[in-house]
Amino acid sequence: MKRVPALLALSLATTLLATGCGDDSDALVIYNAQHEELMVDVAKAFTDETGIDVELRNGKDLEMSAQLVAEGDASPADVFLTENSPAMAQVENAGLFTELPQEAVAPIPAMYRPRSGLWTGFVARATALVYNTDQVSEDELPDSILDLADPEWNGRISFSPTGADFQAIVAAVLDLEGEEKTRAWLEGIKANGTVYDGNNVVLESVNSGESEVGIIYHYYWYRDQAESGDVSDHSALYFLGHQDPGAFVSVSGAGILASSDHRAEAEKFVSYLTSTAGQQVLADSYALEYPLNPAVQLDPPVKPFAELDPPQVNVSDLDGKAVVDLMTEVGFL
Amino acid sequence: MQLPLPGTEPAARTHPQRPEPAPPLLLALGVLVTVASLIPLGYVVWSVADVGLAEARDYLFRPRIGELLWNTSRLLVGGVALSVVLGVGGAWLIERTDVPGRGWWHGLMCAPLAVPAFVNGYGWVSMTHAVQSYGGAVLVVSLSYFPFVYLPTVAALRRLDPSLEEVSAALGQRPFATFRRVVLPTISPAVLGGALLVGLHLLAEYGALQLLNYPTLTTAILQQYGTSFNGPAASLLALVLVVFCLALLAVELLLRGRGRRARVGSGAARTAEPHRLGPWRLPAAGGLAALVVLALGVPLLNLARWLLHGSSTRWDLPDLTSAIATSVGLAVLAGLVATAAATPVAWLSVRHRGGLTTTLERATYTASAMPGIVVALALVTVSIRAVPGLYQTVPLLVIGYVILFLPRAVVSLRPTMELAPPVLDDVARSLGCGRAGVGVRVTAPLIAPGLAAGFALVSLAVSTELTATLLLAPTGTDTLSTEFWSKASSVAYGAAAPYALALVVLSVPATWLLSRVTVGAR
Repeated sequence: MKRVPALLALSLATTLLATGCGDDSDALVIYNAQHEELMVDVAKAFTDETGIDVELRNGKDLEMSAQLVAEGDASPADVFLTENSPAMAQVENAGLFTELPQEAVAPIPAMYRPRSGLWTGFVARATALVYNTDQVSEDELPDSILDLADPEWNGRISFSPTGADFQAIVAAVLDLEGEEKTRAWLEGIKANGTVYDGNNVVLESVNSGESEVGIIYHYYWYRDQAESGDVSDHSALYFLGHQDPGAFVSVSGAGILASSDHRAEAEKFVSYLTSTAGQQVLADSYALEYPLNPAVQLDPPVKPFAELDPPQVNVSDLDGKAVVDLMTEVGFL
Repeated sequence: MQLPLPGTEPAARTHPQRPEPAPPLLLALGVLVTVASLIPLGYVVWSVADVGLAEARDYLFRPRIGELLWNTSRLLVGGVALSVVLGVGGAWLIERTDVPGRGWWHGLMCAPLAVPAFVNGYGWVSMTHAVQSYGGAVLVVSLSYFPFVYLPTVAALRRLDPSLEEVSAALGQRPFATFRRVVLPTISPAVLGGALLVGLHLLAEYGALQLLNYPTLTTAILQQYGTSFNGPAASLLALVLVVFCLALLAVELLLRGRGRRARVGSGAARTAEPHRLGPWRLPAAGGLAALVVLALGVPLLNLARWLLHGSSTRWDLPDLTSAIATSVGLAVLAGLVATAAATPVAWLSVRHRGGLTTTLERATYTASAMPGIVVALALVTVSIRAVPGLYQTVPLLVIGYVILFLPRAVVSLRPTMELAPPVLDDVARSLGCGRAGVGVRVTAPLIAPGLAAGFALVSLAVSTELTATLLLAPTGTDTLSTEFWSKASSVAYGAAAPYALALVVLSVPATWLLSRVTVGAR
């Protein structure tokens, strides 16, 4: 019993020390839903170049956007970074972003940033099919992602409808094909496929032969190849191309909060993120996501961005609300 | 028929049947703790208030929700039942039979508590996809959680005077009949408490079930937050989860009954003469060994495989040490605060049993049935407006942990408090001891094992918590759990493995503490 106060004091001390309480409050606070290792590299390069300290708060897309909306004007965040655009749209719709400087958006092609100018894409991930090479040959694969709803694929496909990743793909199908066709497609793949929670789980299930074909983003496969090949050696990637909805490229977004106390520093950060120097740091990392500044390219073996031939969809046209309604109606959510 | 324990009846009779009214200060503390733990429920009700009744009905009455309800219910039934079978069976074999290696098994049966459920899930899924099914989900969660039943059962068996069983045997009852008619009724409160704990864990479980691809209300709530524009839908599901939790509590309350179980003196709690298993000795030991392999071997082997095989495995010592320090600090701090907060609540419900105090105690369970993100968003919403100075600080994070894990401490404290006879207080006071003196010199030593067990259980839970930590921790805080998930979800299993290993190693002291204090209460 007597040891309890000592234990309390000790744990309090270590906790305060370890959580860095009383840290410099002048640092730029970034709510980062992108992969942590990736942004740690970029933040370090940014600090080296500008002398501006950066604090990363890491999380996942829609949990962080929910947190930002709950915080409202009182948010301590200066910059928000995501993996996919729906979370950016949610914060934009809540009126929490401020306009980006011209310097930050100029290097990024117009298709990959919203018409409002309130945020910008900075890297992208490409939709791809992964197939088990022992069970399927490449020429059996469909021409379009829409064909996966056909009865011939019954019991052979898997995907992860509950993540933000898949919803971005559905948003693209909705924009390109309209509501009726999208609903029919969703109902078709629901009848045909196995639902998993997470793209990494889909990859694993295809590699182990649980399903023949899965819908994922390109980098899951490339990263596992770079890691150990444990869950990808019996599979290969297939890019649909020819502007098929299944060749959709989903952008990771960056935006500045209107409530930021560090507007100038935040603008410098986003400008650095889209600049050639910042994009090169992204390209050199393990992340294997596509830089959106055309001056920077990923190294092989990743399929070059210029060969993806994605459908022409502006991020402003992706209707997250309609996607969620449709997916709820079909019974995925 | 329930056999009264020797000493139970006199203790109950000398004490007035109507509990004395609760001291105002204690009551105030209890109310304060309960109000704090009702914040998440208030937030959920507030955020569904915008949803019209018709809209809510359309959302809730559809096949997908039916599927989630069915999945959640059958997982609860199957998981609790299998945990009870494994926990009670294991405890009886080890405590009451001549199974070989009796001294060794106890530690091994507690050890699964040191392996977080999601690490167990990873291990199983990487071995076979067959576990991605109802049966697999029941098996894996039971292997993770059966020690919650095992521990209190062992404790109850050790306290049980073996003369009762001997009388039964002398009257010609076979061992199993003795177990069913004599032992089971007397240990049932302990088993029920353990089963309740398993049930609460299953309601809130996310990591393991996500990997096992078994959708429940909780995984669906997290997925709703994973889809924008759907906050109210997630809150509606959280309300359904609260209803589940209340049902669970009501069932436990009904089964527990109203009997008092305190006894004066420890009776003759000598070591029982073990039943001779005869030809069943080796199969019994084999069964226990199989259980240990399934519950410990599979996840640990998988961890070892990641460590050796993953190309991204690296021992980033500064990062690892700082994550360890943060995790340990937070776990200890939250463990102490939660145990302190649970004490008045549990005490009121045991010693001043009545409608109000029972309601207070039961109300603290509602938040623990909800996923961490719901509790965290409630605290974000409230604190950033009411006490912005507290936002994203350690104190608010600890408050979040306490709200989430308070029931674990309450559940641990209740049995020891029930066993502390009120008559001892009267004796101490008649000898001139003041109220505070009674607390320190009589009550505290008696309930110390419960305090320690509550502390250990909360600490274990805190060290594996993820979503509330992400939302509430000071910016820049990395715990073992947040680091593990950050790496595992980006397919860097090798890099994630050292953090999982550190979690397991650090959980050993808390598990050891649990294995000692729970059964030490003779």
